[in-house]
Amino acid sequence: MGRILVLVAALTALWLLLSGYYDKPLLLAFGAGSVAFATWLAHRAGVLDADGIPGGVFPGIFGYWLWLIAEIGKTNIIVARHALAVEPKLSPKLFFVPNPPRSSVGKVIFGNSITMTPGTVTVDLREDEILVHGLTEDLADVAGIKAMGERVAKIERRR
Amino acid sequence: MMGLDPNIVDLIRDILSWALFIIGGAAVVVGALGIVRFPDFYSRLHGAGVTDTAGAELMVFAMMLQAPNWLVFAKLVFIAIFLGLTSPVATHAIAHAAWMTGFRPMEGPDLRYDGDKR
Repeated sequence: MGRILVLVAALTALWLLLSGYYDKPLLLAFGAGSVAFATWLAHRAGVLDADGIPGGVFPGIFGYWLWLIAEIGKTNIIVARHALAVEPKLSPKLFFVPNPPRSSVGKVIFGNSITMTPGTVTVDLREDEILVHGLTEDLADVAGIKAMGERVAKIERRR
Repeated sequence: MMGLDPNIVDLIRDILSWALFIIGGAAVVVGALGIVRFPDFYSRLHGAGVTDTAGAELMVFAMMLQAPNWLVFAKLVFIAIFLGLTSPVATHAIAHAAWMTGFRPMEGPDLRYDGDKR
């Protein structure tokens, strides 16, 4: 029940934000109807669980995003240099990284974070480890990526 | 705005957003160059990653500085968040599909496919 209320509140806020209508009763009624319909669909599809409404990652996720943006900036510069180099010195490799987060939401956040930082792409997500493709030997930094996973694990524990 | 001349504020805003637009545009071009120049399928994905992250997000940040009101600003924030959540999923879907069909990357500094003759 709590998750339904959270979903209704979030969808209502999103509808009001995207529409910008606050004083037209007919449009507001349509908005309420579409929120109710979307919530009913989510309930019927059975996605109203910890994966569908990941309340546990808030508010820690915001700090993590800021940190991730800085990481993305740094690796973007490295990959851009390789793209512009006269003779790119690449040494692509596949390697396994441990997967510290325990919940499936945490695993997805970690896998997506690896893909988002240029130079590393998540190729296969398994229960305890992630198969990653790295562009060079330096970018294939297992310890650094594992530290990122531990940050994600710390966010999910704060529930 | 606390005694600041609105013209100066607009000027600073324009300079910052132009800088972000130009860097973002450059990142899109560099990403495209990477897609063309990198040697195999998996390494080309990394070039696309530059376009996805730095290119797209910096341009959205530049648009945020030009937003005429807070409603537009909030919408742009949501566009930035949804772009950030969905583009790595698309990249992973492509990489995982290639992996599952048995396509293997070039490896090592001499860029050999596994099984190539030494």
